[in-house]
Amino acid sequence: MPETRIVTKRLRDHPEDSWTLDRYLSTGGYEALRKALGMTPEAIQDEQVKASGLRGRGGAGFGTGQKWSFLPKDVYPRYLAVNADEGEPSTFKDHMLVERDPHQLIEGVVISAFAVECHLAFVYVRGEFALGYERLSRAIAEAYDRGFLGRNILGSGFDLDVILHRGAGSYIAGDETGLLSSLEGERAMPRIKPPFPAVQGLFAKPTVVNNVETLSTVPAIIERGGDWYAGLGVGRSTGTRIFSVSGHVERPANYEVELGTTFRELIEGLAGGVPGGRSIRFFIPGGASSPWLMPEHLDEPTDMDHVQNDLKSMLGSGAIMVFDETTDPLLVAWRLAKFFAHESCGKCTPCREGSGWIEKILYRMSHGLGRPDDLDLMLDFGDNVVPGLNAPFAQTTICALGPSIMSNVVSLDRYFRDEIAERMGADTRTRIPAPGGGGG
Amino acid sequence: MAFTPENRARADEIVARYPVAKSATLPLLHLAQDQDGWVSPDAMEEIGRILDLTSAQVLGVCSFYSMFKREPVGQLVVSVCTNVSCLVNGGPELLRALEDRHLDDDDVSVEEVECLAACDLAPVMQVNYDYHGPVDVEAAATIIDEYKSRVRTPRTISGTRVDAGAAR
Repeated sequence: MPETRIVTKRLRDHPEDSWTLDRYLSTGGYEALRKALGMTPEAIQDEQVKASGLRGRGGAGFGTGQKWSFLPKDVYPRYLAVNADEGEPSTFKDHMLVERDPHQLIEGVVISAFAVECHLAFVYVRGEFALGYERLSRAIAEAYDRGFLGRNILGSGFDLDVILHRGAGSYIAGDETGLLSSLEGERAMPRIKPPFPAVQGLFAKPTVVNNVETLSTVPAIIERGGDWYAGLGVGRSTGTRIFSVSGHVERPANYEVELGTTFRELIEGLAGGVPGGRSIRFFIPGGASSPWLMPEHLDEPTDMDHVQNDLKSMLGSGAIMVFDETTDPLLVAWRLAKFFAHESCGKCTPCREGSGWIEKILYRMSHGLGRPDDLDLMLDFGDNVVPGLNAPFAQTTICALGPSIMSNVVSLDRYFRDEIAERMGADTRTRIPAPGGGGG
Repeated sequence: MAFTPENRARADEIVARYPVAKSATLPLLHLAQDQDGWVSPDAMEEIGRILDLTSAQVLGVCSFYSMFKREPVGQLVVSVCTNVSCLVNGGPELLRALEDRHLDDDDVSVEEVECLAACDLAPVMQVNYDYHGPVDVEAAATIIDEYKSRVRTPRTISGTRVDAGAAR
């Protein structure tokens, strides 16, 4: 089954210069903006974006039009913050979109800002995306030059300024409210909701935070209509999504497919399957924060609700990581735990302490020093981070990083409990005798 | 440390972009790092003066973000990813080999980093934030040596721009 290229069409058709203004204009670029400026903001919100069923492509999958509608009426200024701080392990789609089709993102930003009546937008680009920053920076300057940004855009009377802001190495800055803290010049620590950003966001003003892929999809929706977009995909998972497939596959890459495409079509079809004829041991369907899936799930459709409700995982950021039969699941779990321990901002105790404990325990388990009760130990205190330990994860922390640290442990318990019990073997701890022969 | 007159003008221009001056903290830290090769205590103090913050506040922000180097580093920062897609494709082995190779090399600082969002290039490394991958040890060593001998032009230490003549 082939890809359905909408957001990635230009960069695939013209890999040599897809990021240039000339190429953008010669492939229909900024026509959607002209069309949008002839509509009313309400029409764009309701008849196009809400009707399209577009859901956020950053991880949470919240309805984009619905998110916009939470802005309180008649409160100005309001801001749009673009989340280009892609950091979820094994996700590399926004990186590609920023580097290879920056004008498409800018066009999406202008249309969306017009729809939510905002006149100042911020693009928060991950610090490590040096080339992406450079290309976006040039694209923004070009857009000002041609009247797609600035005062009285294309003679419509609408004004918009865009400020490009570079991050500096922090996963949690990609959290919606962590991003706002970072933009304000603080440590990127998430904030308690409510108040939600739509009510009190950046500089305590109403703010919409949208992901790069989400906004890059908006021009196509305006051009071809919300109803057209809603006709793609499956159920409430409308349209296409870019899946980043990596790990043990022949052709690791981003693939844009209609939602509902099966994992097998993505992993074995488009990405060419596991090299060397080896088999898949397990795969992670939606970034490091999503619970793992097994080979028996390969024929399941990439339907956000189905994956969450029936498979107890999530499509998250759209990063599919594939691990072959030679992979030690404990080693993968430990490396992801190490990531979360490193990136925990330290604001909430369950996450700050829990991530470190899990990293240490998984380290010893994956390096030949594990104890028979280690898995149960993690589940025991993990219940304080994620009460009930059942998807969708409840949380005792301000942001979703807390529950994410448990997804690997829950996965080990679901699918590898017997193997782990066998491998941890007998308790080999050197026990310190209680003083006086007992009563300790 | 002080910003050069040129960078001081650039700093004022950056501050003026934002509705609230403090938002310029990260951009000014990048600017200082690009100028000096690292973020010195003096630089944090100066940034504090520009933004009306204490140097402790600036340090508090600076120390949160892994790209800011609060000790001098080599002119080339080699970042090697060892997160899972690189883990199963030789990332940790690449990291160890490069760490050993540049142990006593003042020009090159090798660091382990989290996912660089380029897993199609696994195992991937960055040299001053330019991507290279997939690379084995030999290919990585060749690339690093080409940067050292300026056959390749590296970006500034924060990766902001390619600038052969940049002061370090």
